[in-house]
Amino acid sequence: MVIAAFRRNTALGSDEQVRVERSSGETAPAIQIAAEVTGLQKIYNPSTPQAFQALKDINLTIRSNEFFTLLGPSGCGKTTLLRILGGFEAMTEGTCRIFGQDVSLLPPEARPVNTVFQQYALFPHMTVRRNIAFGLEMLGRPKSEVASVVDRMLALVSMTDYADRKPDHLSGGQRQRVALARALAPQPKLLLLDEPLSALDLKLRQKMRLELKALQRETGITFIFVTHDQEEALAMSDRVAVLSDGRLQQVGTPEEIYEQPQSRFVADFIGESNLLCATVNRIDGALVEFRLAGLGSVNLNCSEILQVGQEVTLSIRPERIALSAVRGQCGLGPAVIFDRTYLGNAVEYHLRAGEQTLTVRSPRGGLRGLQDFAPGDSVFLAFEPNAPKVLTT
Amino acid sequence: MANARMKDIRAFSGFGSIAVAGVLFLYLPILFLCVYSFNDGRSVSQWSGFSFRWYITVFGNSGIKAAAMNSLTIATIAASVSTVLALGAAMATVNRRFKGETLAYATLTFPLMVPEIVTAVASLVFFVSLGVRLGFSTILIAHIVFCIPFAYLPIRARLEGMDATLNAAAADLYASPIRAFWRITLPLLAPGLMSGWLLAFIISLDDFIITALVAGPGSTTLPLHIYGMLRLGITPEVNAISTMMLVGSIVLLAIAGVLGRSSKNS
Repeated sequence: MVIAAFRRNTALGSDEQVRVERSSGETAPAIQIAAEVTGLQKIYNPSTPQAFQALKDINLTIRSNEFFTLLGPSGCGKTTLLRILGGFEAMTEGTCRIFGQDVSLLPPEARPVNTVFQQYALFPHMTVRRNIAFGLEMLGRPKSEVASVVDRMLALVSMTDYADRKPDHLSGGQRQRVALARALAPQPKLLLLDEPLSALDLKLRQKMRLELKALQRETGITFIFVTHDQEEALAMSDRVAVLSDGRLQQVGTPEEIYEQPQSRFVADFIGESNLLCATVNRIDGALVEFRLAGLGSVNLNCSEILQVGQEVTLSIRPERIALSAVRGQCGLGPAVIFDRTYLGNAVEYHLRAGEQTLTVRSPRGGLRGLQDFAPGDSVFLAFEPNAPKVLTT
Repeated sequence: MANARMKDIRAFSGFGSIAVAGVLFLYLPILFLCVYSFNDGRSVSQWSGFSFRWYITVFGNSGIKAAAMNSLTIATIAASVSTVLALGAAMATVNRRFKGETLAYATLTFPLMVPEIVTAVASLVFFVSLGVRLGFSTILIAHIVFCIPFAYLPIRARLEGMDATLNAAAADLYASPIRAFWRITLPLLAPGLMSGWLLAFIISLDDFIITALVAGPGSTTLPLHIYGMLRLGITPEVNAISTMMLVGSIVLLAIAGVLGRSSKNS
């Protein structure tokens, strides 16, 4: 219903500029670059004993119409990066371009960017309507236009009935919608979202995930979304950038990030992963034999350049491992189950093999659900040859 | 230590009577003052019937009226100017780190701790050494100066409680720093400005020591005038003036309370 309202209103085309941009975007298939950060360094308190480098050598290109997520644990620099894009924080080194324009030295009010703040930062002394109108008023838009855009935004986020309330009288979810409407009203080229869902409860969070994603598709505005919640990142994004310790670890689609992690950090941070120490035993063209401590040997197809004797990490997702009571064709093991956790739709087993511990998640139901094990059982592990990812870093 | 259980101090016997005695000690003299302002006779200790005659006398006394007018004018101007200066000081010192931050705060609030007679003598010596003629203007300048810390504290408290991201949000929505100040900061600071102004107003209206020293011949304020009247003997006329000042401050407090509540509720 939310989407229908927006479609109807954009069809009316009350904002000429947006209509032109959208139609030209349809005729020119070339990918436009929404934001580009090059050679970015951010050091807090430089040349003092408290000097702290928050961001290191960041080079990042965000495409137009993209739902782009900056993902990382707290303190990784993702919010700093967002604040730099918004103009709230100055760069120590580097340049920042938004739709081709160098904005490195521009203050926030001169950037075609709007932000949804983590705690929403709604103006407490203004009604919902006045909050949403604020950006348009500051841009000096005529009163009639402001009124019509605000009405459209209120409908877009289903807040029309609450237009004359003040933020204190709204629930967390409603405030979130107002913050979103306020940031979207001036039709920014880039919308920055700083963990906007973190203050909501789980049910509402999941609902808002879908709405945000739909909103992004409908408005065609580039969203840059900051979160520490990898599930959120995977569910919503077109592309994800994983940050850790102020460095970009990997940039890619959710599938690439999840299926093809390029480092131990990404494999471990995104979802759950078993990180197994392995040694390269034999190389036969693309087929490589790895020896896993305590589990035996396994042959895998491998595109990485490796040397015999090299120590690597094999990353494998808990749901990609199958357990059986007998050693299969390429079975590894045996390993001993020391814990079994019932998760409803799956059962999680924790296994020990020599020094290593592993997590295996077996879905319930269907044929595989028939197999069940108890703590103390000795089991063998099997997986498809492309399931583990070989990590050298 | 033998009896480790703490007993609430309010549970001790005699606590209630001490509290009542304290309240009586505070308010009984004021109550007496108010009651005797309606006394028909000349005495301030012997009741001889109810009348408004002393209030009528007050309104007929041109000296009192001039002094009251002076006091209100000085208090209004001093409160307004010092509130603006205190707002500037608060904006400059709150929510930002800079060298000498503690020193700035100490300098701004130190006058509250200085004995008033010291400030009074210092002000007098300052004016005299500059060769300024004592009078209305010297009272006004001195009042503006000593009102600043009183206005500063409530404004500072309000500013400290303000969400700093609101300014970021305003800038994000294309407001220049000046427009963000007018549209966001100032309206949100209003209750703090209001209490700062009222506090400064009351303090200025009430001041005696500094005013007595820097007031020249011919210029007087209400407290100075009342003191002068007392030296000629106490009459219920003084009670009547004091009662009116009391009612005035209660009204001001009530206005401040109502304003504060409505800004919180809305």
